[in-house]
Amino acid sequence: MAQKERVLVLGNQACVQGAIYAGMRFYAGYPITPSTEVAEGCARELPKIGGRFIQMEDEIGSIAAVVGASVAGLKAMTATSGPGYSLMVENIGYAYMTETPLVVINVQRGGPSTGLPTKVSQSDTMQAQWGPHGDYTAIAVAPSTIHETFTEVVRAFNLSERFRTPVTVLLDEVLGHSRQVITLPEPGELELVNRVRPTVPPEEFEAFAMTENLVSPMPAYGEGYRYVCTGLTHDTRGFTTNRPDEIAPKLYKLRHKVIDYKDEIVSLREQHMDDAEIAFVSYGSVARAALQATDIARKAGFKIGAVQLFTIWPFPDDEIAELCRKCRKVIVGELNMGQVINEVRRVLPPDIEVHGLQRYDGEILTPMQLIEKLEEVI
Amino acid sequence: MTIATKEQEKQKSDVILKYLRPRKGMPTVWCAGCGNGIVMSAIIRAVDKLGLSKDEVVMASGIGCSSRMPIYLDFSALHTTHGRALAFATGVKFARPDLKVIVITGDGDALAIGGNHFIHACRRNIDITAILINNSIYGMTGGQGSPTTPSRAFSTTTPYGNAEKHFDPCTLAQAAGASFVGRGTVYHTPQLENLLSQAIQHRGFSMIEVVSNCHTYYGRLNKQGDAVTMLNDYKDRAVPVARAQKMSPEDLKGKFVIGLLHKSGKSEFCDVYEDVISQVKGGR
Repeated sequence: MAQKERVLVLGNQACVQGAIYAGMRFYAGYPITPSTEVAEGCARELPKIGGRFIQMEDEIGSIAAVVGASVAGLKAMTATSGPGYSLMVENIGYAYMTETPLVVINVQRGGPSTGLPTKVSQSDTMQAQWGPHGDYTAIAVAPSTIHETFTEVVRAFNLSERFRTPVTVLLDEVLGHSRQVITLPEPGELELVNRVRPTVPPEEFEAFAMTENLVSPMPAYGEGYRYVCTGLTHDTRGFTTNRPDEIAPKLYKLRHKVIDYKDEIVSLREQHMDDAEIAFVSYGSVARAALQATDIARKAGFKIGAVQLFTIWPFPDDEIAELCRKCRKVIVGELNMGQVINEVRRVLPPDIEVHGLQRYDGEILTPMQLIEKLEEVI
Repeated sequence: MTIATKEQEKQKSDVILKYLRPRKGMPTVWCAGCGNGIVMSAIIRAVDKLGLSKDEVVMASGIGCSSRMPIYLDFSALHTTHGRALAFATGVKFARPDLKVIVITGDGDALAIGGNHFIHACRRNIDITAILINNSIYGMTGGQGSPTTPSRAFSTTTPYGNAEKHFDPCTLAQAAGASFVGRGTVYHTPQLENLLSQAIQHRGFSMIEVVSNCHTYYGRLNKQGDAVTMLNDYKDRAVPVARAQKMSPEDLKGKFVIGLLHKSGKSEFCDVYEDVISQVKGGR
């Protein structure tokens, strides 16, 4: 067997490689630290494979162009950071409403506002679910290593195509700007998902039909299926509606097409959880420190475990409750003032103590800081 | 002037019906006498004359009265967010350069909230036809001042007369780089149809401003009368390009010029990017 290709890549470059592996052929974006290398990589790589890169006039236009390209039939993506994500929120909402598959990479930096362009943060975690106004159920994933960045970007595309919905990949400045040697998967090694296409004749086609799994087949423009794609609340054919008996089913669809199939979305990693009395729960770059802290504590004889969330939204309620059910205490480490900790508190029974270790000064959490917290709560 | 026979009238309405979206009940959201319907029928006749198939046309729009148009027409419709239609349309066209992309927008949509996307679409010279229906007011929200509300004119947000200056969409588009710029009115319909078909055929960014009536708000608040009175005003004030060239600035005061105002043969964005792709693939 031939040796697989091993490459030294930056986290942001791994995004580009993962996206192209997943079939992304359209990128629109606007430069912003610390995500710019994603745009630069796409500008360089996409024309080589007949794909398209465009630098738009702002982030609002970027996500709009991505929606346009996706509706026209291409797998499309953009990348940004907090201030840009805030601008994109308008048309991410449009993508939820129009059920348009696309991927948004958010390489998080400190906020609010322009905040800390070159410093790490995980303070956009809640925004990834609740950015746009209105009711919908978001999907967001969070890798913790460069290799996982590649695979989670592939998974993000698969989820967006499977569920006809935007998917956010939550990176952070440390991940985006770290380099690691990774082994690139061979073509065909990772499963790729493509949106389901309509098979009915055009005259019978309904763009937002209520199917069994609530995901409607999606044509590309120019294929004979002419329909209305609108951000206004619409019926199954895409026509705007004010009828209560059409409004409620549409919103039901947006939520339940995702939440009812959570098993296909939730992904976690556990370490030493079988007999753990205390567990670290974390995601993103903090998860790496937590896994290391767990190993250190185990070697010292403590019954410590770790849960790493790859899926942040929809929140893995049942899975976390199940994994932590034997624990006395849980420590949630985050680079913000406490976002996921509230979700963890919500899903665990009241007899399990939940402690937070929150860092929001632009620096990372180290394994030793997690150990110190462990000593404090033990 | 010849009066059309009943048969000719039927043929005309058959063309219109051919392009209205089936399964979508009328009426439109537009007020009786609104200029939007006149523009819609001019677009239909232009598309029909060009022999475009319905499947190759994508019609995108933003928010506002005029932006409802794609919902009524039997093309692929992308009814988007306020001001963003040109950015969405850029994504469609760049992803699928084989499609004809037409954007319907209004003065508030294109020039206020969408001003940035407007100038950059012009600058890129991407092959999109933008039809800017200019009624000098926000109709859908009930008559507020827009970037084309004339100085001292009345609206619900300029109750004492507009203190601001207005944009000229055509001058703006040309300055920003659009390669085909023209103006028509909802009174001069044969000329409008002709201008629109030229614009759709043009390879590059084309922008047609259509001066249109909102008698419900603009007309009422500025005592300009009903729809017919406003259309007659356009008849009186519109001057074709050829005639305008022979007129002094003094004579042109209070008038506006209609027709093809600017055309250039600069390269189109998607074409240039195709060259980039072959250059990179060919290892040049």
